[in-house]
Amino acid sequence: MAKTDDINTSTNPRYQRYRPERYSPRMSIFWWVHKKPFVKFIVRELTSLFVAAYAVLLIFQVRALSQGAEAWEALVAWFSTPFSIGLHVIIFLFVVFHAITWFNLAPTAMVLRIGKKRIPGGVIITINFLMWIALSLAIATLILAR
Amino acid sequence: MANKKNNDPFWWTLFGAGGTISAFFIPIHVALIGIAIPLGWFAMPDYEGLVELARHPLSRIYLFALISLSLFHWAHRFRFTLYDGLQLKHLEQYIVVFCYGSAIVGTVIGLIFVLSI
Repeated sequence: MAKTDDINTSTNPRYQRYRPERYSPRMSIFWWVHKKPFVKFIVRELTSLFVAAYAVLLIFQVRALSQGAEAWEALVAWFSTPFSIGLHVIIFLFVVFHAITWFNLAPTAMVLRIGKKRIPGGVIITINFLMWIALSLAIATLILAR
Repeated sequence: MANKKNNDPFWWTLFGAGGTISAFFIPIHVALIGIAIPLGWFAMPDYEGLVELARHPLSRIYLFALISLSLFHWAHRFRFTLYDGLQLKHLEQYIVVFCYGSAIVGTVIGLIFVLSI
Protein backbone atom coordinates (compact mmCIF):
# COMPACT_ATOMS: atom_id res chain seq x y z
CA MET A 1 0.00 0.00 0.00
CA ALA A 2 2.88 2.33 0.78
CA LYS A 3 3.88 2.10 -2.84
CA THR A 4 0.51 3.43 -4.02
CA ASP A 5 0.82 6.43 -1.70
CA ASP A 6 4.27 7.23 -3.05
CA ILE A 7 3.02 7.15 -6.59
CA ASN A 8 0.06 9.38 -5.86
CA THR A 9 1.96 12.01 -3.87
CA SER A 10 4.69 12.20 -6.46
CA THR A 11 2.35 12.56 -9.41
CA ASN A 12 -0.06 14.85 -7.56
CA PRO A 13 1.41 16.80 -4.63
CA ARG A 14 -2.07 17.72 -3.39
CA TYR A 15 -3.22 14.12 -3.20
CA GLN A 16 -4.34 13.14 0.28
CA ARG A 17 -4.96 9.71 1.67
CA TYR A 18 -8.61 8.84 2.30
CA ARG A 19 -9.39 10.10 5.78
CA PRO A 20 -12.91 9.08 6.85
CA GLU A 21 -12.59 11.09 10.09
CA ARG A 22 -12.35 14.28 8.05
CA TYR A 23 -15.54 13.57 6.16
CA SER A 24 -18.17 16.07 7.19
CA PRO A 25 -21.07 16.17 4.75
CA ARG A 26 -22.89 19.45 4.39
CA MET A 27 -26.34 19.07 5.86
CA SER A 28 -29.46 20.54 4.38
CA ILE A 29 -30.63 23.62 6.27
CA PHE A 30 -33.93 21.80 6.63
CA TRP A 31 -32.35 18.93 8.58
CA TRP A 32 -34.86 19.47 11.36
CA VAL A 33 -38.18 19.02 9.53
CA HIS A 34 -38.30 15.23 9.77
CA LYS A 35 -38.36 14.80 13.52
CA LYS A 36 -40.81 16.30 15.98
CA PRO A 37 -38.27 17.16 18.73
CA PHE A 38 -36.13 18.98 16.15
CA VAL A 39 -39.11 20.95 14.88
CA LYS A 40 -39.89 21.89 18.48
CA PHE A 41 -36.28 22.96 18.98
CA ILE A 42 -36.25 25.15 15.87
CA VAL A 43 -39.65 26.71 16.67
CA ARG A 44 -38.37 27.43 20.20
CA GLU A 45 -35.28 29.11 18.75
CA LEU A 46 -37.43 31.17 16.36
CA THR A 47 -39.57 32.51 19.21
CA SER A 48 -36.79 35.04 19.82
CA LEU A 49 -37.77 36.79 16.56
CA PHE A 50 -41.25 37.40 17.94
CA VAL A 51 -39.94 38.51 21.32
CA ALA A 52 -37.81 41.07 19.47
CA ALA A 53 -40.72 42.07 17.23
CA TYR A 54 -42.80 42.87 20.28
CA ALA A 55 -39.93 44.80 21.86
CA VAL A 56 -40.01 46.99 18.74
CA LEU A 57 -43.80 47.35 19.05
CA LEU A 58 -43.28 48.38 22.69
CA ILE A 59 -40.82 51.06 21.53
CA PHE A 60 -43.55 52.37 19.19
CA GLN A 61 -46.06 52.39 22.05
CA VAL A 62 -43.71 54.30 24.33
CA ARG A 63 -42.90 56.71 21.49
CA ALA A 64 -46.60 57.35 20.82
CA LEU A 65 -47.22 57.94 24.53
CA SER A 66 -44.36 60.45 24.63
CA GLN A 67 -45.59 62.28 21.51
CA GLY A 68 -49.06 63.06 22.80
CA ALA A 69 -52.70 62.02 22.64
CA GLU A 70 -52.95 62.31 18.84
CA ALA A 71 -50.02 59.98 18.18
CA TRP A 72 -51.39 57.53 20.74
CA GLU A 73 -54.87 57.51 19.21
CA ALA A 74 -53.34 56.90 15.77
CA LEU A 75 -51.47 53.88 17.12
CA VAL A 76 -54.59 52.62 18.89
CA ALA A 77 -56.47 52.92 15.59
CA TRP A 78 -53.75 50.89 13.87
CA PHE A 79 -54.00 48.24 16.58
CA SER A 80 -57.64 47.71 15.54
CA THR A 81 -56.79 46.86 11.93
CA PRO A 82 -57.13 43.19 10.91
CA PHE A 83 -53.43 43.16 9.98
CA SER A 84 -52.38 44.27 13.44
CA ILE A 85 -54.72 41.84 15.20
CA GLY A 86 -53.48 38.98 13.01
CA LEU A 87 -49.87 39.95 13.67
CA HIS A 88 -50.51 40.07 17.42
CA VAL A 89 -52.19 36.65 17.37
CA ILE A 90 -49.10 35.17 15.69
CA ILE A 91 -46.76 36.98 18.11
CA PHE A 92 -48.92 35.77 21.00
CA LEU A 93 -48.66 32.10 19.96
CA PHE A 94 -44.88 32.31 19.69
CA VAL A 95 -44.29 34.22 22.94
CA VAL A 96 -46.56 31.83 24.82
CA PHE A 97 -44.55 28.94 23.38
CA HIS A 98 -41.39 30.77 24.49
CA ALA A 99 -42.79 31.23 28.00
CA ILE A 100 -43.87 27.59 28.37
CA THR A 101 -40.55 26.17 27.11
CA TRP A 102 -38.61 28.71 29.18
CA PHE A 103 -40.41 27.85 32.43
CA ASN A 104 -40.13 24.13 31.76
CA LEU A 105 -36.36 24.50 31.43
CA ALA A 106 -36.04 26.64 34.56
CA PRO A 107 -35.05 23.72 36.86
CA THR A 108 -32.25 22.81 34.44
CA ALA A 109 -30.91 26.35 34.46
CA MET A 110 -31.09 26.93 38.19
CA VAL A 111 -30.70 24.46 41.02
CA LEU A 112 -32.39 25.66 44.21
CA ARG A 113 -31.80 24.04 47.56
CA ILE A 114 -33.37 24.20 50.97
CA GLY A 115 -30.57 23.29 53.33
CA LYS A 116 -28.99 20.37 51.55
CA LYS A 117 -32.13 19.19 49.84
CA ARG A 118 -32.60 20.06 46.20
CA ILE A 119 -36.03 21.52 45.38
CA PRO A 120 -37.68 19.17 42.83
CA GLY A 121 -37.90 20.46 39.27
CA GLY A 122 -41.66 20.09 39.22
CA VAL A 123 -42.00 22.49 42.14
CA ILE A 124 -39.88 25.15 40.43
CA ILE A 125 -41.89 24.79 37.22
CA THR A 126 -45.19 25.09 39.12
CA ILE A 127 -43.98 28.21 40.97
CA ASN A 128 -42.96 29.76 37.64
CA PHE A 129 -46.36 29.11 36.08
CA LEU A 130 -48.20 30.47 39.15
CA MET A 131 -45.99 33.58 39.09
CA TRP A 132 -46.73 33.98 35.37
CA ILE A 133 -50.49 34.02 36.07
CA ALA A 134 -50.13 36.37 39.05
CA LEU A 135 -47.88 38.85 37.20
CA SER A 136 -50.13 38.81 34.12
CA LEU A 137 -53.17 39.60 36.26
CA ALA A 138 -51.24 42.36 38.03
CA ILE A 139 -50.18 44.02 34.75
CA ALA A 140 -53.68 43.69 33.26
CA THR A 141 -55.21 45.23 36.40
CA LEU A 142 -52.70 48.11 36.40
CA ILE A 143 -53.45 48.96 32.77
CA LEU A 144 -57.23 48.44 32.80
CA ALA A 145 -57.67 50.36 36.08
CA ARG A 146 -56.52 53.54 34.31
CA MET B 1 -11.29 34.79 19.37
CA ALA B 2 -10.17 34.48 22.97
CA ASN B 3 -11.88 37.80 23.53
CA LYS B 4 -15.18 36.39 22.29
CA LYS B 5 -15.04 33.53 24.77
CA ASN B 6 -14.55 36.01 27.61
CA ASN B 7 -17.62 37.97 26.57
CA ASP B 8 -19.97 35.00 26.32
CA PRO B 9 -21.04 34.85 30.00
CA PHE B 10 -21.96 38.54 29.78
CA TRP B 11 -24.19 38.04 26.71
CA TRP B 12 -25.60 34.86 28.21
CA THR B 13 -26.62 36.71 31.38
CA LEU B 14 -28.50 39.29 29.30
CA PHE B 15 -30.03 36.43 27.26
CA GLY B 16 -31.20 34.71 30.44
CA ALA B 17 -32.59 37.88 32.03
CA GLY B 18 -34.35 38.78 28.78
CA GLY B 19 -35.78 35.30 28.37
CA THR B 20 -37.24 35.42 31.86
CA ILE B 21 -38.71 38.94 31.79
CA SER B 22 -40.15 38.45 28.28
CA ALA B 23 -41.70 35.09 29.24
CA PHE B 24 -43.40 36.59 32.30
CA PHE B 25 -44.60 39.89 30.82
CA ILE B 26 -44.82 39.98 27.02
CA PRO B 27 -47.76 37.54 26.60
CA ILE B 28 -50.11 39.68 28.71
CA HIS B 29 -49.12 42.87 26.85
CA VAL B 30 -49.75 41.20 23.49
CA ALA B 31 -53.02 39.63 24.62
CA LEU B 32 -54.37 42.82 26.19
CA ILE B 33 -53.12 45.72 24.02
CA GLY B 34 -52.85 43.80 20.76
CA ILE B 35 -55.82 41.42 20.83
CA ALA B 36 -58.39 41.77 23.64
CA ILE B 37 -58.78 45.57 23.57
CA PRO B 38 -58.83 45.90 19.73
CA LEU B 39 -61.48 43.14 19.62
CA GLY B 40 -63.57 45.14 22.10
CA TRP B 41 -63.39 42.69 25.01
CA PHE B 42 -62.09 45.54 27.18
CA ALA B 43 -62.07 49.31 26.77
CA MET B 44 -58.76 51.03 26.05
CA PRO B 45 -57.87 53.26 29.01
CA ASP B 46 -57.61 57.02 28.39
CA TYR B 47 -54.38 58.51 27.13
CA GLU B 48 -53.96 60.68 30.25
CA GLY B 49 -54.27 57.69 32.57
CA LEU B 50 -51.78 55.64 30.59
CA VAL B 51 -49.23 58.47 30.47
CA GLU B 52 -49.58 58.95 34.20
CA LEU B 53 -49.00 55.22 34.71
CA ALA B 54 -46.04 55.14 32.31
CA ARG B 55 -44.43 58.20 33.96
CA HIS B 56 -44.07 56.43 37.28
CA PRO B 57 -40.35 55.73 37.87
CA LEU B 58 -41.03 52.02 38.36
CA SER B 59 -42.99 51.90 35.07
CA ARG B 60 -40.11 53.56 33.24
CA ILE B 61 -37.64 51.04 34.65
CA TYR B 62 -40.04 48.22 33.80
CA LEU B 63 -40.61 49.38 30.22
CA PHE B 64 -36.92 50.01 29.62
CA ALA B 65 -35.90 46.62 31.06
CA LEU B 66 -38.62 44.82 29.10
CA ILE B 67 -37.58 46.45 25.81
CA SER B 68 -33.82 46.21 26.25
CA LEU B 69 -33.51 42.74 27.79
CA SER B 70 -35.98 41.28 25.26
CA LEU B 71 -33.78 42.61 22.47
CA PHE B 72 -30.63 41.14 24.03
CA HIS B 73 -32.48 37.85 24.50
CA TRP B 74 -33.22 37.87 20.77
CA ALA B 75 -29.67 38.89 19.85
CA HIS B 76 -28.04 35.98 21.66
CA ARG B 77 -30.52 33.31 20.66
CA PHE B 78 -30.85 34.45 17.05
CA ARG B 79 -27.05 34.47 16.71
CA PHE B 80 -27.00 30.75 17.38
CA THR B 81 -30.15 30.15 15.33
CA LEU B 82 -28.24 31.53 12.34
CA TYR B 83 -25.20 29.35 13.11
CA ASP B 84 -27.10 26.12 13.67
CA GLY B 85 -30.07 26.63 11.41
CA LEU B 86 -28.47 28.24 8.39
CA GLN B 87 -24.88 27.02 8.95
CA LEU B 88 -23.41 30.49 8.73
CA LYS B 89 -20.54 29.96 11.17
CA HIS B 90 -18.14 31.50 8.66
CA LEU B 91 -20.04 34.81 8.87
CA GLU B 92 -19.68 34.87 12.66
CA GLN B 93 -18.23 38.37 12.98
CA TYR B 94 -20.95 39.98 10.88
CA ILE B 95 -23.69 38.07 12.68
CA VAL B 96 -22.33 39.06 16.11
CA VAL B 97 -22.13 42.73 15.14
CA PHE B 98 -25.60 42.66 13.56
CA CYS B 99 -27.30 40.90 16.48
CA TYR B 100 -25.77 42.63 19.48
CA GLY B 101 -25.46 45.91 17.54
CA SER B 102 -29.21 45.95 16.78
CA ALA B 103 -29.98 45.22 20.43
CA ILE B 104 -27.73 48.08 21.56
CA VAL B 105 -29.34 50.50 19.05
CA GLY B 106 -32.82 49.42 20.20
CA THR B 107 -31.79 49.86 23.81
CA VAL B 108 -30.65 53.44 23.20
CA ILE B 109 -33.81 54.32 21.24
CA GLY B 110 -35.96 52.68 23.93
CA LEU B 111 -34.17 54.61 26.66
CA ILE B 112 -34.67 57.95 24.89
CA PHE B 113 -38.43 57.37 24.46
CA VAL B 114 -38.90 55.95 27.96
CA LEU B 115 -37.26 59.07 29.40
CA SER B 116 -39.30 61.44 27.20
CA ILE B 117 -42.77 60.19 28.16
